[in-house]
Amino acid sequence: MFIFRLLLKNAFRHKLRTLLTMLGLIVAICAFGLLRTIIDAWYAGVDGTSSTRLITRNAISLTFPLPLNYAERLKTVEGVTGISWSNWFGGIYITERNFFPQFAVEPASYLALYPEYVLNEDEKKAFILDRQGAIVGRKLANQYGWKIGDQIPLRGTIFPGTWAFTLRGIWDGVDAKTDESQFLFHWQFLAESVRKRSAKGADYVGVYVVRINEPNNAPLISERIDAQFKNSLAETLTETEKAFQLGFVSMSEAILVAINAVSFVIVIIIMAVMANTMTMTARERLAEYATLKALGFSPGFVVKLLFGESLVIALMGGGLGMLVTLPIAAAFAKAVGTLFPSFVVSETTMALQLLASAIVGVVAAAWPAWKMSRIDIVNGLRHVA
Amino acid sequence: MKQIPLSYIARNLWVRRVTTLLTAGGMALVVFVFATVLMMSEGIRATLVATGQVDNVLVLRKGAGAEINSGIDRGQAAIIESLPGIATNGNGLRLLSKEPVVLNNLPKRSNGKPSNVTVRGTSALALELRPQVQLKHGRMFRPGSSEIIAGQAIASGFRGAGLGETLHFAQRDWLVVGIFDSGKTGFDSEIWGDSEQMMAAFRRNAYSTIVFRLADQSAFDRLKSAIEADQRLQIEAKPEIQFYAEQSEALATFIRILGLSLSVIFSIGAVVGAMITMFASVAQRVGEIGTLRALGFRRTAVLLAFLLESLLLSLVGGVIGLFAASWMQTVDISTTNFQTFSELAFQFKLTPEIALKTLLFSLFMGFVGGFIPSWQAARMKIVDCLRAS
Repeated sequence: MFIFRLLLKNAFRHKLRTLLTMLGLIVAICAFGLLRTIIDAWYAGVDGTSSTRLITRNAISLTFPLPLNYAERLKTVEGVTGISWSNWFGGIYITERNFFPQFAVEPASYLALYPEYVLNEDEKKAFILDRQGAIVGRKLANQYGWKIGDQIPLRGTIFPGTWAFTLRGIWDGVDAKTDESQFLFHWQFLAESVRKRSAKGADYVGVYVVRINEPNNAPLISERIDAQFKNSLAETLTETEKAFQLGFVSMSEAILVAINAVSFVIVIIIMAVMANTMTMTARERLAEYATLKALGFSPGFVVKLLFGESLVIALMGGGLGMLVTLPIAAAFAKAVGTLFPSFVVSETTMALQLLASAIVGVVAAAWPAWKMSRIDIVNGLRHVA
Repeated sequence: MKQIPLSYIARNLWVRRVTTLLTAGGMALVVFVFATVLMMSEGIRATLVATGQVDNVLVLRKGAGAEINSGIDRGQAAIIESLPGIATNGNGLRLLSKEPVVLNNLPKRSNGKPSNVTVRGTSALALELRPQVQLKHGRMFRPGSSEIIAGQAIASGFRGAGLGETLHFAQRDWLVVGIFDSGKTGFDSEIWGDSEQMMAAFRRNAYSTIVFRLADQSAFDRLKSAIEADQRLQIEAKPEIQFYAEQSEALATFIRILGLSLSVIFSIGAVVGAMITMFASVAQRVGEIGTLRALGFRRTAVLLAFLLESLLLSLVGGVIGLFAASWMQTVDISTTNFQTFSELAFQFKLTPEIALKTLLFSLFMGFVGGFIPSWQAARMKIVDCLRAS
């Protein structure tokens, strides 16, 4: 207990310097946590996947559609218990800045495949019955202040023209990982409009969502599906929903690597600042340490003092930084809106923040401690700071 | 007014080498990040802007925004082809290329992970329309065959895209007969093949874009209004240079905003570091300050001396950081441009403007970090100072 009080007293002997150091730590630990959360959010789509769902798409790339008549053949594949399909719409709501994912889906079968979208029965029925109806996630509805019955116009980029939808329902996610930022409407409505414009291109879907009986059979069933359509005009590529989402993430890998690197650079910068503080502390107290040694304290004690002081400052700053992270993350999530499906500071992130501040504390004290444990008592006593 | 000599200021930094280096090191890291981010967004911009030619015009379906969303059927293409004002080459051919553009999922050489590569159907005229594109190895594809040429970033980055190798897509094997260098532009991340063969293989009946050269650059506005007035067309025409600049906007802006907000956060750390160092420097030299003042140096001279010391410190950090960042120019990176959803290879690019901005940024950190301690030093009373030692 005595030593702890000594450490605390020592740490705040130079109040201004300690406060400045702690300020630096707070900022750094907070930024570190925020960056880790951004990376987590990037992978959020992956976390929200189900192991009993497969995605079948055109083998060339996602921009190529699959014929509608594949649906019947997919149903007959052994192990498949349900299918639905969707088309990426890519419309613009008022201006390009308001980006959110929009899908044309086959309503009844799609909602059956996504039980994590919790929608009450009335809204579900209203959506299925209204061909121009749409449903959105809670987060998206809050973002734009939409209420049931609102008219939502979208300007198509892939499918030209202005499209008007009536909001028929708002779903809540079953847990924090569920994507609440999507906009879903009737595939049939899309197909009819396309048919009016030109005969071709109407009976095509973007991807098939396939439910399977047993997650362990996923590789086997994927193979069966792809074998079914081998050497046809539209060869398919089937993968688990997770692999499908990971494909998107890995495309922006360079950015993720950069963010990761940056979060480590932050820790290193703050290490330099901390180490600087500790070096000064040690230099100023050279005479004190020499006195302690002259009194018979071991070099180990001096080392402990320095490490202890460094850790006290680092952990206090780090702890405050962790506390600050939560409100800042909430504000950030609000500012970016629907860019990320979910934005939550995870426990792993907080553990890493704590670890980082401990490492900063230890590393910062290493060099001064080593030097101080070796000081010559006579020289030390003669030293004037 | 007498100045405190610069050599005195510089010597102070040298005396406390370890502290100076640690502070400057922290600043150097901040400056490094600041510079690389600016270099990255500049690199993306430079790559895409250089992709367009000044007197080329690009035609897309109205509202499409990107090549892969666009569709121009053969009828519309014929109308555009017959427009007046399109340049001709030495053989009397119109410099115009009708191009289907598709995204193809190909595995990377490094880890086998698939990424979207732009496949462009074009013709021999493409090389005349885009003089920055040069065949580096092999030869041009023969019209009417399943031969392709690949940009150098694709050839080195993707499996089966090297010279003499074959790629399998759209139910065919495509032989890579040439590698082209487009001088660090977006075309380096594309695969080119015969336009009609691509249309047949991918079963498309519409082109994505049409590119042509204007005979007279000033005729653009007239041509644009002629195209947009034509009810049959429903298309939009843009100078090629403007189109590619727009394609780079989202990614470059994203990186710049992310990077600048990080730099601001980091710089707080660096400013704190500088402030701690300068406070310590002042505290250690109270006696010296008193002596200087007693010798007749004014308060402003003391203020200036400490401020210059801080600025010098940050300049050292800035130069180290900038030097480290300049090495990033040797690194090639490629990522998905999420506006076009396809692969884009580019390099970090250091311009004099970025170098200047970076150094000013580091000096600014030194100024902010050094001002309060210097102010404190200047305000001390001579008597107190002398007594303190």
